[in-house]
Amino acid sequence: MTQGEPTVELRRVTLGYGGFIAVKDVDLTVPTGTFVTLLGPSGCGKTTILRAIAGLVPALGGEIIIKGRRVNDVPIHKRNIGLVFQNYALFPHKTVFDNVAFGLKYRGVDKAAIEKRVKRALDVVRLPGVESKLPSELSGGQQQRIALARAVVIEPDVLLLDEPLSALDANLREEMRVELKSIQRTLGITTIFVTHDQEEALALSDCVVVMDHGRIEQAGAPEEVYRWPASRFVADFLGQSNLLPGQIIDVANSGATVRLSGGGEILVRNGAGAQLGQAVETVIRAHRVMVRPPGHETGPNLFDGRVQSVAYLGGMAAYVIEGEIGVHAINTIDRQIFREGDRVQVSIAPEDCVLLDDKGLRIGH
Amino acid sequence: MNGQGGWGWRAVKAFTVLVYLFMFAPIAVTVLLSFNPAQFGGFPMEGVTLRWFWELAANDMVLRALRTSLLIGALSALICTLLGILAAMALVRYEFRGKEWINTLLISPVLIPETVLAVGLLLFLRWLEQPRSLVLLLLGHVMLTLPFVVLVVQARLIGIKRVYEEAALSLGANRFQTFREVTLPLLMPAVLAGILLAFTISFDNVTATMFWRPAGVETMPTQIFSMLRNSISPEINALGTLMIVVTVGLPVIGAALARYVGRGQR
Ligand SMILES: Nc1ncnc2c1ncn2[C@@H]1O[C@H](COP(=O)(O)OP(=O)(O)OP(=O)(O)O)[C@@H](O)[C@H]1O
Ligand SMILES: [Mg+2]
Repeated sequence: MTQGEPTVELRRVTLGYGGFIAVKDVDLTVPTGTFVTLLGPSGCGKTTILRAIAGLVPALGGEIIIKGRRVNDVPIHKRNIGLVFQNYALFPHKTVFDNVAFGLKYRGVDKAAIEKRVKRALDVVRLPGVESKLPSELSGGQQQRIALARAVVIEPDVLLLDEPLSALDANLREEMRVELKSIQRTLGITTIFVTHDQEEALALSDCVVVMDHGRIEQAGAPEEVYRWPASRFVADFLGQSNLLPGQIIDVANSGATVRLSGGGEILVRNGAGAQLGQAVETVIRAHRVMVRPPGHETGPNLFDGRVQSVAYLGGMAAYVIEGEIGVHAINTIDRQIFREGDRVQVSIAPEDCVLLDDKGLRIGH
Repeated sequence: MNGQGGWGWRAVKAFTVLVYLFMFAPIAVTVLLSFNPAQFGGFPMEGVTLRWFWELAANDMVLRALRTSLLIGALSALICTLLGILAAMALVRYEFRGKEWINTLLISPVLIPETVLAVGLLLFLRWLEQPRSLVLLLLGHVMLTLPFVVLVVQARLIGIKRVYEEAALSLGANRFQTFREVTLPLLMPAVLAGILLAFTISFDNVTATMFWRPAGVETMPTQIFSMLRNSISPEINALGTLMIVVTVGLPVIGAALARYVGRGQR
């Protein structure tokens, strides 16, 4: 993920709209060739950051650097970026060819080369032969492909995508997601992608940047962000988690024991830095809480429980467990699905537990 | 409430028909009589002739008035469209101080009675110690028609999403190129409508023109007016028919043109 020079760098960037601060002191590094996703709830400032990199929102403070050049004062049309919008924004009065060729015209590319490059771009998005159509004659998915072709054909330094898939229906979205990723890989183009769909973010990215209220909460590889949430917000926002309050009652070499307020004690592997007696919250992903028949396993963190409720999700089942500890669990159904009232055993691996301090920040790693 | 067949409902229908009759009967009569061969025509018509139209074509004063009207109309349309596009762009796409005021100021000629406007401009001219002239007449017409053009263009511009322009800018077109390649083409139906509107309004303006025209200069409407003072000649009917054709026909053609230009756009 950290190969090569960064293509885009934000240094303590602050953005806003007429007195309202939407993004505060954000640092972000996007290495060349990587796919970085800005993820966060509505209104957290994702679009604002993207538009600032594009040059559509002025920076109130800090520096925006593209390919080593400070671009704070460079107007958008001189930044060499590719921009794709949620609603395609294809020029409705121009044919597909003229849409895709648009950016090349302003780069002094000669006619023959334009034709070649437009054709190649349309091949890349797998829509050859639609040159003479108008955008209104294409489906939503096709329009978004053309928009993508129009943005990549100019070989931009960075491709900026603002929820490009959210106007598509669920099936098409999945298909386009795969395709987008493969196009990005093929072209090796540095990409910043905005979404509030976490599945999309985890599936596509080399690096996920989780944002809240105009600040970056955590940036890292998808597995890292998912498994080691840096804060209560990330733990809560990404996937389904159990957040169990408690107190540290024992600290060993690299682990700690937490007495949970709801009852039970749990051994956690990654308690480095936790103080004896400290109030903490233990984060456990619902997917990492294993529900087994009683007496099935040995090891630490085994709890007896009873299935309070169960929701069938297809390949998975979501359980609410009561008993020694109360937790939510989401497990694949391997042989049998547990029913309401079944006695079960819950096992939680110490390394699947993350401790948060009283400010909601992760303790140690 | 009475049902569909109640007398109240029937009265409303009858009244509606009467209103329309009142509005359109004079127009129909004018058009019909312009084809009537009789000198002091009335109904029943004695036949159908184009004689009055030919006489019009031979009437120097009428031709001069027509030329004046066409010139003033065309120039007002041109100037208003240019100014209208610029004003609408500024008002819709840019933020600046006093924007609300300028907007109101631009639209105000619609709200002020024409007579007041006409006298106002004349007083202004007097203060400048300038004689009435064709240029003044033209300026007056521009003032009268500009609000309509601004309103039409503005309405369309608000409907053109900014993302189109942002997309163009991101692809490397500067502001002017973006305007020329994206905004203006998308604005075209409104621009055409504006041109026609401006021309039509200028072409059949009477009140203000009476005040503003220099001595000896007539436009079509004022020409008709002065002809009426002498006699009720069937030529006037023919002239009226021509005016109707121009003022109704142009917008119809324009609408068709706008649809043609706007095809393929959402
Ligand atoms: N043009 C604007 N004028 C004023 N405030 C704005 C403007 N655009 C965005 N904001 C505010 O800035 C904050 C961040 O907005 P932004 O559009 O970046 O959110 P987002 O993360 O993209 O949300 P979403 O997921 O809903 O698209 C929000 O509080 C929003 O209300
Ligand atoms: Mg957004």
